[in-house]
Amino acid sequence: MSQGPEDAPKAGTDAPPSTTASALFDLRNVIALLFGVYGIVLTIMGIVSGNDPANMAKTGGSNLNLETGIAMLIIGALFVVWVRTRPLKLPTPEEMAEPDDRPAGH
Amino acid sequence: MTLAQDALRLNPNVIDYLLVAFYFVLVLGIGFAARRSISSSLDFLLSGRSMPAWITGLAFISANLGAIELIGMVANGAQYGVPMVHYYWLGAIPAMVFLGLVMMPFYYGSKARSVPEFLFKRFNRTTQRVQSVIFAVASILIAGVNLFSLGLVLEALLGWPLQVAIPVAAVIVLGYITLGGLSAAIYTEVLQFFVILALLIPLTIAGLNRVGGWDGLKAAVTAGPSGGADLSAWPGTPLTEIDNPVLSVLGIVFGLGFVLSFGYWTTNFAEVQRALSAKSMSAARRTPIIGAFPKALVVLVILIPGMVSAVIIPQIAEIKATGVDEVGGITYNNALSLLLKELLPNGILGVAIAGLLAAFMAGMAANISSFNTVFTYDIWQDWIKPGLTDRYYLQVGRIVTIVGCVLAIGTAFIASGSSNLMDYLQSLFSFFNAPLFAIFILGLFWKRMTGPSAWIGLLSGTAAAVAVNVLVTTGVFALSDQAGSFVGAIAAFVVGTAVAGAVSLVSTPRADAELVGLVWSLTPKETRTHSTEGEDSGWYRSPAVLGGGVLVLTAVLYVVFG
Repeated sequence: MSQGPEDAPKAGTDAPPSTTASALFDLRNVIALLFGVYGIVLTIMGIVSGNDPANMAKTGGSNLNLETGIAMLIIGALFVVWVRTRPLKLPTPEEMAEPDDRPAGH
Repeated sequence: MTLAQDALRLNPNVIDYLLVAFYFVLVLGIGFAARRSISSSLDFLLSGRSMPAWITGLAFISANLGAIELIGMVANGAQYGVPMVHYYWLGAIPAMVFLGLVMMPFYYGSKARSVPEFLFKRFNRTTQRVQSVIFAVASILIAGVNLFSLGLVLEALLGWPLQVAIPVAAVIVLGYITLGGLSAAIYTEVLQFFVILALLIPLTIAGLNRVGGWDGLKAAVTAGPSGGADLSAWPGTPLTEIDNPVLSVLGIVFGLGFVLSFGYWTTNFAEVQRALSAKSMSAARRTPIIGAFPKALVVLVILIPGMVSAVIIPQIAEIKATGVDEVGGITYNNALSLLLKELLPNGILGVAIAGLLAAFMAGMAANISSFNTVFTYDIWQDWIKPGLTDRYYLQVGRIVTIVGCVLAIGTAFIASGSSNLMDYLQSLFSFFNAPLFAIFILGLFWKRMTGPSAWIGLLSGTAAAVAVNVLVTTGVFALSDQAGSFVGAIAAFVVGTAVAGAVSLVSTPRADAELVGLVWSLTPKETRTHSTEGEDSGWYRSPAVLGGGVLVLTAVLYVVFG
């Protein structure tokens, strides 16, 4: 088989640099939303029926829905705090042109 | 309804189903949102190389923490107890640190878009093509097996027929990947990671409640059939099924800890792809190392429920006491489902079902999203139809995703006809990793290694593994399946290295200038290191510090739980 430069083009040529890829939505908000909704539902279920004997028999005596629900609400809130304190910053045009420290040329 | 069906069927109520539905609404929403950001094939197939390290790191372990892995590892926890931690602490952590510290500078630095493309850059076209075809076929097959197992679980737990469950699951995966490409797959994997934890942690808490805490569990296991052997990680003879304790330890350390795990974690493109999508060299190097921290800890919430199941689930306890394969249609693989039913009240049950379904789909999505990259770049662009516009390849990527999902559905239905065949094929494909790792390491550290030697070494190493497997299954070698796979992997590694070395000596190596950035000794240190400014600054972002930290954590865990 042949190898070397005459065989070497295309593979290395990257697609044109993306202009929008970095402008993705913030995943942390989605995680916060998931935990928020799950947390509310589980907390309510824990308050309403968490201490039923049938549930207590399953979980060995802890109100699992309530405990998990509250934990999820706390985690959801932490993600919200993270998003607020460190908002996603859009890259500047220079960073777009030279996105990272990959060695130039290869 | 048979006895086993009756024992397994969960009773989700409306709220459980709503929680599951909400998860899938979010996943499809991610697909739509990610679609807006796709303008090139690189965006679609490699997330435009824009991901922060915490996202790629969590996706890195999530892609592996599929449902087959979860179900299998809870089963291992039930069957073997503490020795199953070796699959994580020896079988993953060192290899993940090695990938981040040693290999990632070459993968990411070479700008290769896939593992086969890296093989082209270091070796030649033939090696790239051999590896890309093997990988493409294996990905579809494993995606199909995932889909089939998902169908089985939906059928057993919720009573959905296989003919409905398989296409529905495939359409959801297809939906978010065709829309959002790798970004959607990676985002979904991160979400799945959190939902899986929301399944495992309450399961562990309730399980420990039921057996009287960790001390109660230890007492019950000591009084149980293993007589307490399940509580120590070494020498792990039941796990390896090698009676001699010294050989058993050697089997675990070299077979599992070196050849199998390094082969899997450092060369499997479904994993490496997550790191290649990171936004900088530093983030790419941190990806597997950040993933290693949760990987080291998550085993605890898998092991403990597994051990609990052998105490409180009557069928599992009976299997363990008598050593039979099944009791009333129940096997170790049902341990997780039975625990969900036994321990979780409605509400958290819905979260758990969402987590399990998410894990199956993520397993399939990881295979499909790496399959479409290898097919589009390595098979289509570099081989069959080179030189067309990027827009064209983006289109190919989307079409290949659809074709991949359809093929996976086909494979899933074949698997439902003959599950033994699928098990066998799947184990065969796992043999390709060990020789691949052999030629990677040789190629990375030995500049004399040539192109032809790579694919010849790859194929002969694989042949050696297949030969060992045939000898074990036909009974010529009296080894257990587990010991057989360790020996097979070691044989593949040794033969692959030896043949590649021999062929290299009789063929012409490439010029040194072509191998800069691909071979350790020819790559200047500056190129191997990365920027430490801006978002890559700070000692806590140093891959070496993080890598050392996770190795220390693992050692401490071994001391505490081993």
